[in-house]
Amino acid sequence: MAKLYNESLPEPVKPTGPKKETINFLLSFSKALSVTRYKNMTFETFNN
Amino acid sequence: MKLENVQDAALVRQYMEGNEKGLETLIVRHKQRIYSFIFSKVMDRDITEDIFQDTFIKVIRTLKKGKYNEEGKFLPWVMRIAHNLVIDHFRRNKRMPKFQSRNDFDIFDVISDGEESMEFDMITSQVHEDVRRLVEELPEDQKEVLTMRIFKEMSFKEIAASTDVSINTALGRMRYALINLRKVIDKHNIVLTR
Repeated sequence: MAKLYNESLPEPVKPTGPKKETINFLLSFSKALSVTRYKNMTFETFNN
Repeated sequence: MKLENVQDAALVRQYMEGNEKGLETLIVRHKQRIYSFIFSKVMDRDITEDIFQDTFIKVIRTLKKGKYNEEGKFLPWVMRIAHNLVIDHFRRNKRMPKFQSRNDFDIFDVISDGEESMEFDMITSQVHEDVRRLVEELPEDQKEVLTMRIFKEMSFKEIAASTDVSINTALGRMRYALINLRKVIDKHNIVLTR
């Protein structure tokens, strides 16, 4: 039996903007991140 | 003054001075544009989400380290970061291409594990049987050449020597054999495929 192939169309999606969780993650990441400088060195620390 | 009305440069300055609200306002203000920009390049929601997140992680790190010095050009700067991350994504993808399944198509529907299925075997033997019967209907000289060429994989020089005819005659018989086979196949709408 002949195999029939058809090309799938691209998923019809519209950009709806980032998820709320992504925004919340970024805000939490920002709050948790602190940067300390010592002489020419920079240290990143995360405060949970 | 409400943060919504404050210019990007001022929000960036406030954030760098420790006001976390400044970042939130910047993200909310530009999220749609940046997200749409990334989506227009990668056309995939999950990847867009990842790149969007990575973009702002870079933004946050740079701002917290006090390395941002493009005052007044916040959005173009973020877009440039996003653009570079999109390029990184495609470079990575080129090295390690991925295949995504969609609802109406799954790659596992068409790839096999290397072993023929029972159905495939049955169809193949049916096709072979049909071809054999069709060949039997050919005139003897054409059947002889076709059998030697296709099934015994002999060259036309060998066929000519074996049947005591010239190479051109052997070629001509092969040609007529194929023409006759096609005629019979077309006439009876025979499907030889698998």
